[in-house]
Amino acid sequence: MIRDITLGQYYAAESVVHRVDPRVKIIATLLFIAELFIVDDFKGFILCGGAMALAVAASKVPLGFIMRGLKPILFILMFTFVLNIFMIDGHILVKLWFIKITKEGLLTAAFMAIRLILLIIGSSLLTFTTKPIILTDGIEKLLAPLKAFKVPTHEIAMMMSIALRFIPTLIEETDKIMKAQQARGADFESGNIMQRAKALIPILVPLFISAFQIAQDLAMAMEARCYRGGTGRTRMHAMKLMRRDYFVAIGLVLLLGLVILERIYL
Amino acid sequence: MADIIRIENLTFEYPSTEEAGSKKALENINLNIEQGTFTAIIGKNGSGKSTLAKNLNGLLLPSGGRILVKEWDTADDEHIWDIRQTAGMVFQNPDNQLISSIVEDDVAFGPENLGIEPSEIRRRVDSALEAVNMSKFSKKAPHLLSGGQKQRIAIAGVVAMRPECIIFDEPTAMLDPKGREEIMTIIKQLNKEGITAVLITHFMDEAVLADRVVIINEGSILLDGTPEYVFAQEDILKSANMDLPLAVEMSNRLRRRGIDIPKGIVTVEEMVEFICQYK
Repeated sequence: MIRDITLGQYYAAESVVHRVDPRVKIIATLLFIAELFIVDDFKGFILCGGAMALAVAASKVPLGFIMRGLKPILFILMFTFVLNIFMIDGHILVKLWFIKITKEGLLTAAFMAIRLILLIIGSSLLTFTTKPIILTDGIEKLLAPLKAFKVPTHEIAMMMSIALRFIPTLIEETDKIMKAQQARGADFESGNIMQRAKALIPILVPLFISAFQIAQDLAMAMEARCYRGGTGRTRMHAMKLMRRDYFVAIGLVLLLGLVILERIYL
Repeated sequence: MADIIRIENLTFEYPSTEEAGSKKALENINLNIEQGTFTAIIGKNGSGKSTLAKNLNGLLLPSGGRILVKEWDTADDEHIWDIRQTAGMVFQNPDNQLISSIVEDDVAFGPENLGIEPSEIRRRVDSALEAVNMSKFSKKAPHLLSGGQKQRIAIAGVVAMRPECIIFDEPTAMLDPKGREEIMTIIKQLNKEGITAVLITHFMDEAVLADRVVIINEGSILLDGTPEYVFAQEDILKSANMDLPLAVEMSNRLRRRGIDIPKGIVTVEEMVEFICQYK
């Protein structure tokens, strides 16, 4: 049913990874991505892959669920893989007419594929284990230093969390409008692209009107509940770094060190 | 007891538009709300009752006259947040007043705006959810709840701000009968615990539960008094095209058929009790 949609790709489970502070998780993910680009041979990937496997196992997110996350990038993966195989010169292994496969090409293709896969799994682990709303809170806290440069960090975060809150409401609204129009004979499913796009206009107009209505009501409700921007506001969930957060941070920094050493000496 | 809200010669005019011209939504309203009471304000669509509600906590400001919440004038910018904390408000549409995608975070929104300590917010959120009987939904997403449940969350969000008075602006208008009953029970309960309740509604059968009923018609007060008094004024109500509560209508009809029913029966419960003892 349309009301049951899950936002983002959060996988509900009770695990250490789920409980790690969102700020630490965001920085850890960025650090991990950087590490993937420091690595320049397969041995380095053993380090990264090992750390990754540890995190995935601790997160209790099923492997199938993670693999499904790779599906959308399957095409890009194949594309770069094939491109790399055929485009790199070097020691020729197989030659068919003008197509040749080289040893170097094969190795680079495999290398790039592994890097991409680790990249995707690493960054989706963040969204698998963190609710969008908590992610938003984390981003707000991380961006806080930018307040000094007059960046409205609180407002940005508030906008993001309100947007998240109203996605289901607007979907329901769209559903209602479409049904009301279908009941009066509107046809959204036949015709060419232009005709279908035109059929959407009578949905978009009422949808926009109701979005404005919601915005007006919500603004009034927020004012009635004493909302006056970010200054002087406290939070119920004060984000506090726990021991596990430090462990994660130390782990990632350690990995960074290892990856750099590996690149220099091995 | 002292009056928590004093309305003195309130006039309200919406800014004029080219087609409609300016129209007075409220004219010369005088009304005092006593602390701890339960007042119902009734009117038809367009009678100005919602406009009146939004004037009570400074969401709209009077065009003429003034409104005092405790000792603060709603037009006084300096105390606007004290006013809104003292007189909380629950709106009609349960969807459009919930801010967060987690129930307990939404309840925490008000106290967070007041700058209260996190541990104290936690305590308030828990007790507010308890008060509306929604504790076990604290981690749920609002869009998965029923209309009545969402409205209870909205009430909890106001209760957590510890207001002295809550203005309910047609809180049941978009609910099914079951949700409506839940909300009325909670309003009665909160009032019993000492919160002044002002209920704006167009359901006569909700108004009979109040201590005092004020009928608004075309921007001014038509009747004001106890439910027993107000609903006995059949002629005035009928001339303003308003219905009577079920029990009142019924006793009037029975009386016309020669059954001796005492005046002052306004709620269904009173009616049931009378019928059971009728010989």
